[in-house]
Amino acid sequence: MKNKVVSKKPKKIISHRSREMRTGYAFIMIWVVGFVLFALFPLIQTFNYSLNTVQVTTQGVVLNFVNWSNYQRALFTDPTFIQLLISYFIETIVSVPIILIFSMIIALLLNLKFRFKGFFRTIFFLPVVITSGPVIAELTSQGATKVAGLTDSAAMASFVATLPNYLQAPVQYLMSSFILILWFSGVQILIYLSSLQKIDRSIYEAASIDGASAWESFWKITLPAMHTTTLINAFYTIVTLSHFSESKLITYVYAQTYSVLGGIGFASAMSFIYLIALMLILGIMGFLLSYRGKKQY
Amino acid sequence: MTNIIQKIRQFWDERLKNFLLGNRSDYGLIVKVLLYLLLISIGFIYLYPLLFMFITSMKSPDDLLNSMIQWVPSQVYVGNYVKAFRVLNYPINLAITIGISVIPSLLQACVAALVGYGLARYRFRGKNLIFILLMATFIIPAQTTIIPQMLTYKSLGILGSVFAIFLPALFGQGLRSAIFILIFYQTFSTFPKALEEAARLDGASERQIFLKVALPTATPAFIVSIIFSIVWYWNETYVTSIFLAGKIQTLPLALSKFVQAYENLYPQGMINIADRLNEAVKLSGTFLNILPLLIMYFILQRWFVESVERSGITGE
Repeated sequence: MKNKVVSKKPKKIISHRSREMRTGYAFIMIWVVGFVLFALFPLIQTFNYSLNTVQVTTQGVVLNFVNWSNYQRALFTDPTFIQLLISYFIETIVSVPIILIFSMIIALLLNLKFRFKGFFRTIFFLPVVITSGPVIAELTSQGATKVAGLTDSAAMASFVATLPNYLQAPVQYLMSSFILILWFSGVQILIYLSSLQKIDRSIYEAASIDGASAWESFWKITLPAMHTTTLINAFYTIVTLSHFSESKLITYVYAQTYSVLGGIGFASAMSFIYLIALMLILGIMGFLLSYRGKKQY
Repeated sequence: MTNIIQKIRQFWDERLKNFLLGNRSDYGLIVKVLLYLLLISIGFIYLYPLLFMFITSMKSPDDLLNSMIQWVPSQVYVGNYVKAFRVLNYPINLAITIGISVIPSLLQACVAALVGYGLARYRFRGKNLIFILLMATFIIPAQTTIIPQMLTYKSLGILGSVFAIFLPALFGQGLRSAIFILIFYQTFSTFPKALEEAARLDGASERQIFLKVALPTATPAFIVSIIFSIVWYWNETYVTSIFLAGKIQTLPLALSKFVQAYENLYPQGMINIADRLNEAVKLSGTFLNILPLLIMYFILQRWFVESVERSGITGE
């Protein structure tokens, strides 16, 4: 009898903690199951496919182990893939800073006091709604996303020709798809704006009493406060740019999936390389931004 | 002479400086002009493709050939829209697209609320791992996991049906579910602990606390999640084209096959030259494609901006 009472007390404390844990797990269970079914298992399967040649027959999927040869083919034999991978790298690295700077400028503008604010806000958030692949593809092919006259002019062409080789591709890309790049900045503006509005007004007042100009306040107060937000935005931008369904790399991988010469195994290998490239870019951007962060603040 | 200069300087100091450059409480004229110039030119960048699309879609075949006519068509011509309407099979495809974007959005928001609440309100082991995995599901491109998924759906017999889209959403693995889970996590993290404890003292079960106490405070998060989710599902073509396997058409999918569908309806040899496929018809199709989203956006835009601010999408 006495024994029971003694052993009951610590048990109750543990059970309170473990009950909380159990309830927590119950809430997230559906996600964990979904993750295993719709993300983890397919990911492992794709990796498995990438080491094989895959044939889909009426009986099922027939695998034939070929080791790393799909990867070798993608990286060293196939001329198109590596070309597309390099231009994906260049385009992403060029676009991200432009999108970030541009969306920060717009967010700063929208944070000011002026008339017709609702009107301008409505226009500036339009890209959030219109980022559909086919719509953008249609607009691009009809020339609605080019700065007409600027890109096609002879002066521009000769200017590009004077640049060193490694700069030509990025500059040309910039010229031909400037508007398109800006169209990817809808959500980023929203994120910047909501984080700007969280900065305490009284900090600015204190600074201006101490004699700081608006210019100085921006560099010393606003920008440091935007640091985390910039990281989030950079992350978001890279991921959405890389997932854009009209990107040439993705359409190429998609085409290879069903082609006779390519096949599922080859396409799986390419998509894995693509995933690694994406993580590499994320890593580089994260490193650059956090390094700057430490130096400045 | 010095007198005049002095007067000008005095006038500058007293009136003009404030008027042009502004002071602490108000922007000056120059600043204002610059501000509006900047706003208008940036606004133009965003409106330009839409204007271009709308105006070109209103051009008759004669206007298209006439190089004099760029921004003002000579007549109001809706023939392009009539054709695009038929080619896109508009009423039916519109209904399908609405179904395929609204239903998974609702499912996704509910699951995200559940998971976000679990992550925000309970302490349990492995939470950090869950967050890392959550980020991973956001990063991993659909291309990397889609083939096995497709083959699984095929063997389950749901490839080409709407369930192939609904099922992942129901398990919190829909389109960018991770973002919505983080939004709800953010919302529920700020929910005061005292309210939760008061409800518990009154004998509410965990389920009741979630449904009756916490959920009603998460309305902004629901609005922002559902709106974004609808937009993203609406615009998605890669995943939908593979999972629906051509058996069900959404508007964006119909747009990407526009040329082919047009030539089926209006065979090249059978029609006169004015009815050939031109960019005006294509852009009418594009405009019809985004029109429902635009309408939704203009109706909801106030809600949308405000709830983004309130729900803390920033996610620090």
